[in-house]
Amino acid sequence: MKVVLIQYNSGNVQSVLYALERLGVEAELTDDQEKILSADRVIFPGQGEASSAMSYLKNRNLDKVIREIKQPFLGVCLGLQLLCAHSEENDTDCLGIFPIKVKRFIPAAWEKVPHVGWNKIKNIKENPLLNHLPDVRYLYYVHSYYAELGEHTLATTSYIQDFTAILNRDNFWAVQAHPEKSSILGEKLLENFLALPST
Amino acid sequence: MLTKRIIPCLDIKDGRTVKGVNFVELRDAGDPVALAKLYSAQGADELVFLDITATVDKRKTLAKLVTEVAKEITIPFTVGGGITSLEDVQVLLAAGADKISINSAAVNQPSLINEMAKAFGSQCVVVAIDTRRVAGIDWVHTHGGRKSTILQTKSWAMELADRGAGEILLTSMDHDGTKGGFALDLTAGISESLSIPVIASGGAGSMLHFKEVFTSGKADAALAASIFHFKEIGIPELKMYLS
Repeated sequence: MKVVLIQYNSGNVQSVLYALERLGVEAELTDDQEKILSADRVIFPGQGEASSAMSYLKNRNLDKVIREIKQPFLGVCLGLQLLCAHSEENDTDCLGIFPIKVKRFIPAAWEKVPHVGWNKIKNIKENPLLNHLPDVRYLYYVHSYYAELGEHTLATTSYIQDFTAILNRDNFWAVQAHPEKSSILGEKLLENFLALPST
Repeated sequence: MLTKRIIPCLDIKDGRTVKGVNFVELRDAGDPVALAKLYSAQGADELVFLDITATVDKRKTLAKLVTEVAKEITIPFTVGGGITSLEDVQVLLAAGADKISINSAAVNQPSLINEMAKAFGSQCVVVAIDTRRVAGIDWVHTHGGRKSTILQTKSWAMELADRGAGEILLTSMDHDGTKGGFALDLTAGISESLSIPVIASGGAGSMLHFKEVFTSGKADAALAASIFHFKEIGIPELKMYLS
């Protein structure tokens, strides 16, 4: 199976490669359109800032390429946010795969921003990405912006308010937490993603 | 609910884990990759690696260590020690670090925090503060606690948050190595004045100390080294005790 990670100006890519390596998959980091479009699985990792990430993608035509992908696609963290319609982070128009908005957390009395640490996923819908999950339902989060709830929300997490933890629409999946850093549950999500049927 | 994080800290010198008592006396506590793997398997929430002897020529060694750790563990980790430029940050993030901790460089060149936040996002910017109480006032210290500054700890912490720090790693030099408990009033005072997470460090000696720092100390995470390295407290027992 050919797995590619989309290369753009994002941090944290190496961790995703290592997590896949632990699952026995050699993934390739690339910004080559042909390679991305012909891969069996595409992972869109992310850590960084939305507006600079979007301009980087646009400058390399990757915004259009991502919309054309038909194979199972996984956005992670900023990768999830960039798949949404708009982000409040520097008022950025994003890719619009998911018709929801990304908003900034407003710190509450005891709940700080960024949301950093291990938090539970809940309201889990049936979906092949979420098959046979271990009993431990914690994932590792680091983010200051969150996607609001929408019809494509597969699971939620509570912090300051409920937000979208996992999304799916057609061949696009996305996870706000970092599965590559989330111990056994994260590993299971990646394993399930790799096991999704190809189109 | 967000869990309170338990973070073993691995002080690295010449590629080995060591732990200073009051940052002076060093004892060998083992191979960092093996320790990292062990802590990850035991349920540590995160790890911190501080290269306490980092100099220019040692950066490559640190990047190599970061890669070895990133390949082995499934939890996030922070790397710090002698980082002074965006280039250093880039190299370590590319090697597989999740977050970068800066300390003296933040004092010498505060704009680096803004630049790091802009370039890589606040989530990977951890600013460490070493603080010492002198005549009832908390002062920021640098260079492993050896040099005093004219910065007061609370206002400095607030400035760091404004500049884009994602987390504060607060070490009480007065408590570090004593095993007498965390600096609760100091930690609570800083944590309550900030909207970013505070990691308390210095003084952990018992499971009760962790409970205290999460309740009256208002800490978001707690860091310790030797009590974990020398197996005085087991991470699974500690997590069970706190839950």
